[in-house]
Amino acid sequence: METAAGVEACLPIRSDMDLVWVRQHVRQAAAQLGFGLVDQTKLVTAASELARNTLVHGGGGRMEAAHVVRGRVNGLRLAFADDGPGIPDLDRALTDGYTSGDGLGMGLGGARRLVHEFAIDSAPGAGTTVTVTSWAVRPPHPREVV
Amino acid sequence: MPEYGAAGQGGSPAREVGEFLLRRRERIAQRWADETLFRTVFTVSREEAVEAGRAVVEALAQVAGADRSADPEAPGFLVVRDQLARIGSARTRTGVTPSQVSNDVDALRPPTVDLLVADLPDAAPEAVREATNVLTVLMGTLRLVVMETALSEGQALIDRQRLQLMEVATPVIKLWDGIVAVPLIGTLDSARSQIVMETLLEAVVDQQARFAILDITGVPTVDSLVAQHLMKTVAAARLMGAECVVSGIRPAIAQTIVHLGLDLGTVVTRASLADALGYALRKLGTDIVTEASHGAGER
Ligand SMILES: Nc1ncnc2c1ncn2[C@@H]1O[C@H](COP(=O)(O)OP(=O)(O)OP(=O)(O)O)[C@@H](O)[C@H]1O
Ligand SMILES: [Mg+2]
Repeated sequence: METAAGVEACLPIRSDMDLVWVRQHVRQAAAQLGFGLVDQTKLVTAASELARNTLVHGGGGRMEAAHVVRGRVNGLRLAFADDGPGIPDLDRALTDGYTSGDGLGMGLGGARRLVHEFAIDSAPGAGTTVTVTSWAVRPPHPREVV
Repeated sequence: MPEYGAAGQGGSPAREVGEFLLRRRERIAQRWADETLFRTVFTVSREEAVEAGRAVVEALAQVAGADRSADPEAPGFLVVRDQLARIGSARTRTGVTPSQVSNDVDALRPPTVDLLVADLPDAAPEAVREATNVLTVLMGTLRLVVMETALSEGQALIDRQRLQLMEVATPVIKLWDGIVAVPLIGTLDSARSQIVMETLLEAVVDQQARFAILDITGVPTVDSLVAQHLMKTVAAARLMGAECVVSGIRPAIAQTIVHLGLDLGTVVTRASLADALGYALRKLGTDIVTEASHGAGER
C-alpha cells in the first residue's frame, strides 16, 4: 500500500475562508485514500458541520487530519479542537434540533450519522475536541477466491 | 562631474561595479525608463519610472559593494523588495506570463552593460571582462528577486480570485415568462446566500415570476447551514408569490442530506434543471390551457 502523503495536516479554523480549505482538504484526502463519491461527500459534510461548530461555538481552533489503517482498510481520522467554552450537556447537544444559537441544531447529531466512529471530549471551560473516523470500505472482488 | 577615482584601480571588480552603479545611477535609470518593464508599469509618469529605477540601481550598488552579487537574500535588496514586488505584480496582473516578466527584467541588462563598458575606456580588457561578469551575475540575481516576489504576490492574487469567485454576483436567468432560475456555484456561505436571496426576490418581483428554480448542481457541499439558507430562500420566495423548485441535487448529496437528518419538507425538488423547468411549465401550462378554454367558452 502506498503511503498517503498529503493526507496528514493541521489546518486552522479561524474564518469562513478556513472552512473552505477544511472541506477541500478532507475531500482530497478522502479521494486519495480511496473513498467513493458518496463516502467522500458524507465525510466532507460532517467535517463542514464540525469545523463550523469549532468556529462558531468554540471561538476558533484547528482540524488535524490523519491517515489510519486497520487491516487492509484505509481510514481518515479528523480531530476538531478548540479551547472554547466546552459543551455542558453532551446528550442535549447531540439531540436533533437542539441549538444554543439560531442554527437548525442538526450539525452534531448529523455529523455522527455521517461517519463510522464519533467521539466528543469536552468539559465546561476546557474546550471541545470532536474526533471522527471513516473507513474507505472497498467492495470485495465478486469472484475472488481467498 | 565628481571624480570617484579612475576605474580599474584598486578595489575588487564587485566594488568597481558598485561604484559604477552609484556614479551612473541617473543615466542607468533614464535608460531603464525606456525599457518594457518600467514603461508598461509606470504609464502615467516617466519621472516615476526614473525614480523607481534609481532606487533599484542604488540597491544593486549596495549589493555589489557588499560583494553579494549572487545572493538574492542580500540585505541590499530589502529596501527595494516592495518596489520590485509592485513592479512584478503590476506586470503579471495585466496578464503577462512570469517568463515574459523574466525576459523584461533580463532586458535591463544589455543597456546597463553598455554603460559600464563605456565607463571604463582606459581599463584593461581583463578588468572590463571581470566587471561585466559581476554585473551580469548581479542582474541575474535581480531577476530572481523580482520573480520570487512576483510569484508570492501571484499566490496572493490566486487566493483573492478564489475569494472573488465565491462572491461573484449571482445571475438570475429568465427561462420563460414567469420562470426564473439561479444557478448556484461554489460555496453557499451566509454572505453569499444573502445575496442570492436578495437578487432572486428582486427578479421574482421584476419579472412577476410564478416559479423560481434554484439549481445547486454547482454547490459542492450541502450541510445544515446551506440547507437552512435554501429553505429561507424558498420561504421568502413563497411570500412573494413564487413557488421555488430546487434542482441539481446529485445522488451523493441526496444521501448525505438524508443521513444528516435534514428535512427539506415542503420544498419541491427535481433531479435536473430541465426537469424543474418541465415541472414549472406544466403547472403554468395548465393555467394557460384553462384560461384559453375559458376564452373559447365565452365566445
Ligand atoms: N465546539 C463546540 N463548542 C461549544 N459548544 C458546541 C460546540 N459544538 C457544538 N456545541 C453546542 O452544541 C449545540 C448543537 O450543535 P449543532 O451543530 O448540532 O447545532 P448548531 O451548530 O447550533 O446548528 P447547526 O444545525 O447549524 O449546526 C450547539 O448549539 C452548541 O451549543
Ligand atoms: Mg453546528
